[in-house]
Amino acid sequence: MTDRWTITGRTWVVGDSVDTDAMYPGYAMKLDVPEAARHVFYALRPRWVDEVAPGDIVVAGRNFGIGSSRPVAALMRHLGVAALVAEEFNSLFLRNAINNGLPALTVPGVRDLVSEGEELTVDLEHGWARAGDRRVDVAPQPPMVLDILAAGGLLPRLVADGYLPAEGAAS
Amino acid sequence: MPMTMIEKILARSAGLEEVHAGDTVVAEVDMNVLIDLQFAGWVTPLRIADPERTAIVLDHAVPAPTVRDADGGPRARRFARDFGIDRFFDVGRHGICHQVIAENALARPGQVLTCTDSHTCAAGAYNTAARGIGPAEVVGVLCTGRTWFTVAPTIRYELVGELPVGVGGKDVFLHIAGTWGDATNHNLEFGGEGLASVPMNERRTIATQAAEISADFATFPADDVCRRFLAEHGAGPGEYEPADPDPGATYAAVRTVDLSALEPHVARPGSVSGNAVPISQVETRRLDQCFIGSCANGQLDDLRIAAEILAGRTVAEGVRLIVTPASQQVYRDALRLGYLGTLADAGAVVTNSTCGACFGYHMGVLGAGEVCLTASTRNFRGRMGSPDAEIYMASSATVAASAVAGRPVDPRTLLDREHSA
Ligand code: SF4
Repeated sequence: MTDRWTITGRTWVVGDSVDTDAMYPGYAMKLDVPEAARHVFYALRPRWVDEVAPGDIVVAGRNFGIGSSRPVAALMRHLGVAALVAEEFNSLFLRNAINNGLPALTVPGVRDLVSEGEELTVDLEHGWARAGDRRVDVAPQPPMVLDILAAGGLLPRLVADGYLPAEGAAS
Repeated sequence: MPMTMIEKILARSAGLEEVHAGDTVVAEVDMNVLIDLQFAGWVTPLRIADPERTAIVLDHAVPAPTVRDADGGPRARRFARDFGIDRFFDVGRHGICHQVIAENALARPGQVLTCTDSHTCAAGAYNTAARGIGPAEVVGVLCTGRTWFTVAPTIRYELVGELPVGVGGKDVFLHIAGTWGDATNHNLEFGGEGLASVPMNERRTIATQAAEISADFATFPADDVCRRFLAEHGAGPGEYEPADPDPGATYAAVRTVDLSALEPHVARPGSVSGNAVPISQVETRRLDQCFIGSCANGQLDDLRIAAEILAGRTVAEGVRLIVTPASQQVYRDALRLGYLGTLADAGAVVTNSTCGACFGYHMGVLGAGEVCLTASTRNFRGRMGSPDAEIYMASSATVAASAVAGRPVDPRTLLDREHSA
């Protein structure tokens, strides 16, 4: 039985306070998304973009995504990342993920739950994370947030509501 | 139940009696600011909520350093024209958005302001609930006029004592970041009897930098100093309703900062949280680049103090000092007041107003192995260019004095000359 808000994937684990400049360097802002996506974690984990596969989950520590408003989530989605899970998110980074249609869930203690490469399952609607036979319950995402994610992000949502023309859904 | 400053503003904008930490509310936005980067992948909306509550500021990459940036300009111009957006700050009237917001009193007490950029919390200096929301959400607010916030718990900073000469808002902030670390998913509220000695430019530096400790909103009360500033910039007392915290409001923490005991601070490379120390404790490094600029420290007072320190002195050999005024207005004022001439005579490179070197995009990018001391907002690895450069952070006064010395030094050693002369 699959629930649309239950996401399972292989994990990549990064540390605390990984900032936006480490994921989307300033010079990459001169490039289009497919090109810019080649630079995610460019200094932190060179070559990661060649190893990550569609459906993978990025797991991070505290204060994930501190920094700029640049839409890292668009690059992560381009790479096929299925979800972001962190012990704690910077609130702007979390907003950007949701608004770009990238599922994200705060799971305190997630790094004790999984090691890199292991499989993790998260449920955004009911609020839990599971790895092997260990499971933790967390706060679910509010219905307002699930609504934006269900539309594929805020721009597709604005298209559906008649604010943007249909080609607005692509960005 | 009593409310903190931010809870009060959000309650008002959501049309609710009360809101408290943990609540998710839908707020009416009083001013929504779009920046140039927004127009790279731009789709013109079919309808927008209110052109009067919209502003467009070209700031991050002006004049355009790439064709990609240049292509955004016509889109912004057409959009402003077609939708009747009068608050359009095109190249020539431009500046870093947070400076332009301040100069034009776009942020007002008790109101809600949103903008693409992460340092939008800067406008908290004017008792505004202001925060960065990212490019997609700015389009959402543009279309609907509102957005949602989950209210975070508030940390209150009680300022006591008086800010000493040569110690600025950047030092207050670095002291806070160094002492208490980050404040992820918390709001910051400033107040206390010491606030009266903190001028508006320094308050804005503090509020701007709140993003660096990962805070949500950072707000100051609308005291006499603030009201005077707003009146000078076009917002009279009848045009807003300030929000003061209720006595007995619930805070996650209350922390006291004794301004009179502060000395200039420096953040070491990488981050500011738990990584900033009084300048007397920082290691000596040979500097390759010194930068004064950005939304936090490219204000007229930053250029003034830099000019005071550099008057009759020269930038050390081997050091590049780059000075970027935060807006055309600052540029023109500094030109008239003679600051730019003094800076250039000392060997500084004065640039056009833009974000520029602050985000490693243009006009002052760092190479591998270089060491920079910056008065801008961020010292992340790779922020200003090569990931193998090191970025220290300090006030404009400290950066100016250090450019002369070629290594980080306490600016008070050079300011004393002025004050004893
Ligand atoms: S000056 Fe720097 S921190 Fe401020 S808005 Fe521009 S890029 Fe962002």
